[in-house]
Amino acid sequence: MSWFEKLMPSRIRTDGGSKRAVPEGLWDKCPGCNAILYRAEMERNLDVCPKCNHHNRLGARRRLESFLDPEPLEEIASSLESVDPLKFKDSKKYKDRLSQAQKNSGEKDALVVMRGQLKGLEVVVAAFEFNFMAGSMGSVVGERFVRAVSVALERHIPLICFSASGGARMQESLFSLMQMAKTSAALDRLQKRGLPFISVMTDPTMGGVSASLAMLGDINLAEPNALVGFAGPRVIEQTVRETLPEGFQRSEFLLEHGAIDMIIDRRDMRDRIADLLSIFMHKPRP
Amino acid sequence: MDLNFLEFEQPIAELEAKIEELRLVGDDNEINIQDEITRLESKSRTLTESIFSGLKPWQISQLARHPQRPYLLDYVGRIFDEFHELHGDRTFADDHAIVGGLARIDGQPVMVIGQQKGRDTKDKLHRNFGMPRPEGYRKALRLMEMAERFQLPILTFIDTPGAYPGVGAEERGQSEAIARNLKVMSGLRTPIICTVIGEGGSGGALAIGVGDRVMMLEYSTYSVISPEGCASILWKSAEKAPLAAEAMGITSDRLKALNLIDEIIPEPLGSAHRDLETMSKNLKHSLLEGLENLRSMAIDKLLDTRYQRLMQYGQFSGE
Repeated sequence: MSWFEKLMPSRIRTDGGSKRAVPEGLWDKCPGCNAILYRAEMERNLDVCPKCNHHNRLGARRRLESFLDPEPLEEIASSLESVDPLKFKDSKKYKDRLSQAQKNSGEKDALVVMRGQLKGLEVVVAAFEFNFMAGSMGSVVGERFVRAVSVALERHIPLICFSASGGARMQESLFSLMQMAKTSAALDRLQKRGLPFISVMTDPTMGGVSASLAMLGDINLAEPNALVGFAGPRVIEQTVRETLPEGFQRSEFLLEHGAIDMIIDRRDMRDRIADLLSIFMHKPRP
Repeated sequence: MDLNFLEFEQPIAELEAKIEELRLVGDDNEINIQDEITRLESKSRTLTESIFSGLKPWQISQLARHPQRPYLLDYVGRIFDEFHELHGDRTFADDHAIVGGLARIDGQPVMVIGQQKGRDTKDKLHRNFGMPRPEGYRKALRLMEMAERFQLPILTFIDTPGAYPGVGAEERGQSEAIARNLKVMSGLRTPIICTVIGEGGSGGALAIGVGDRVMMLEYSTYSVISPEGCASILWKSAEKAPLAAEAMGITSDRLKALNLIDEIIPEPLGSAHRDLETMSKNLKHSLLEGLENLRSMAIDKLLDTRYQRLMQYGQFSGE
């Protein structure tokens, strides 16, 4: 307590460092540099910290809306919902986890797909919602991804996917594992037809999603400092019993080891992907 | 406790020990106790039948990982007329957790690919406990693409706890290696038969598991994560693995009922390691039958059927 506070009568003293003085949601603390940031400014900046460039996680819908032109927008396969094929129950029922996740995220499942335009070029875009059961891939995610591929095939347009996922969804067990094969097979058809698939890995992209659709881009991109890999760092640490190297499984590590083509700042994503696609599609630079 | 028997098999172990004892007594005293031995043997058989008719998923997962469980190379000499192992991914290394090579089954040329576990400590390390690194999957891919060029059907044998979680494996692109195999296998212009012979551990298993016909030995398992892994995440304790095994539906009968696999290959009484000859015969029979069916299909039809099958995986509601 400083000398000044000691002088103050106790009834006007406040607890130091308390957050309750600030109305909730007006300010955010950057997890990267701990700077206190004005929420509205963060939103304008697509949730990238203006001080340290830390890329915060971005919800699927905001991602799609900020990436695509404002219109036209058409959501694809939005009515699909999981049916809990195994009647799975751990400490909680899968059914209850689903409805909780739906309430928390406002989404029916962990992938949102939209057809729209990117600087005038027609595209299909899929984005994972990490707030929905850690963006895990079960039957609905797999099916929506395949529907996205189908739309790309039908309309002869490119596909883009923003991944953010912990991997396959355990509660659908082997059904989830098979989504890896299903999505990869659909991408094989897309690529054999000469249509581009651009995969953007955001923090985090792990396990079954990384080991299927996310790594299969004609061009693999990542946001700065995203965690991307097959096995989780803790599992690896327990297996090899040594501390992992600095920056292990981060975007910069992946770029260094040849797994991705480039790291792109979220605020440049629209421009760069539009440039790349217009080359693939033999269109003038947008 | 007899270590050759699992915990739930101990009553059988006790009976077997008694039979062995009687045999020794018989040898010493030249008293004819053959009748008693025969009676106990038949009792042992009945007991085994009764125990094995009601196995729990967790018990089956112990059988699938039994230290005496036959591994791929145990079958190779019994099923194939010849086998020429091929090595290396041509880029980085030869991964001993995956073996592959040219073979003949009843005279028909095929490509054989599968995970291989080790029996003793030295061998286990050599095989990395059957956990492939990216170079293993890339070797598999090289051999599969070769098989396509020479119109050889591909037979894969799955037996792995999973892809190896290590620093080097991540550096060399474990995810990419698995993903590429899934993509390429879905479109390979040659028949593919995949058989889970022991442990089908997650993406590391699926990376050689996309095909036209998926079979499982009766007491093998196939799952998205190990029961221990699932239990430690969802129940916060690896000791709940038996519950996780139950909930995930990892056994052949459950997966067949869910239409996720095509065929269950029966195991001899007491599971595969009790009678390797019978097991090999059953496996060979199913492989030959599968090959005959697939060979009769035109290649475009085969590929379309494979694709449709992959697309129908999953259950959901809505349009």
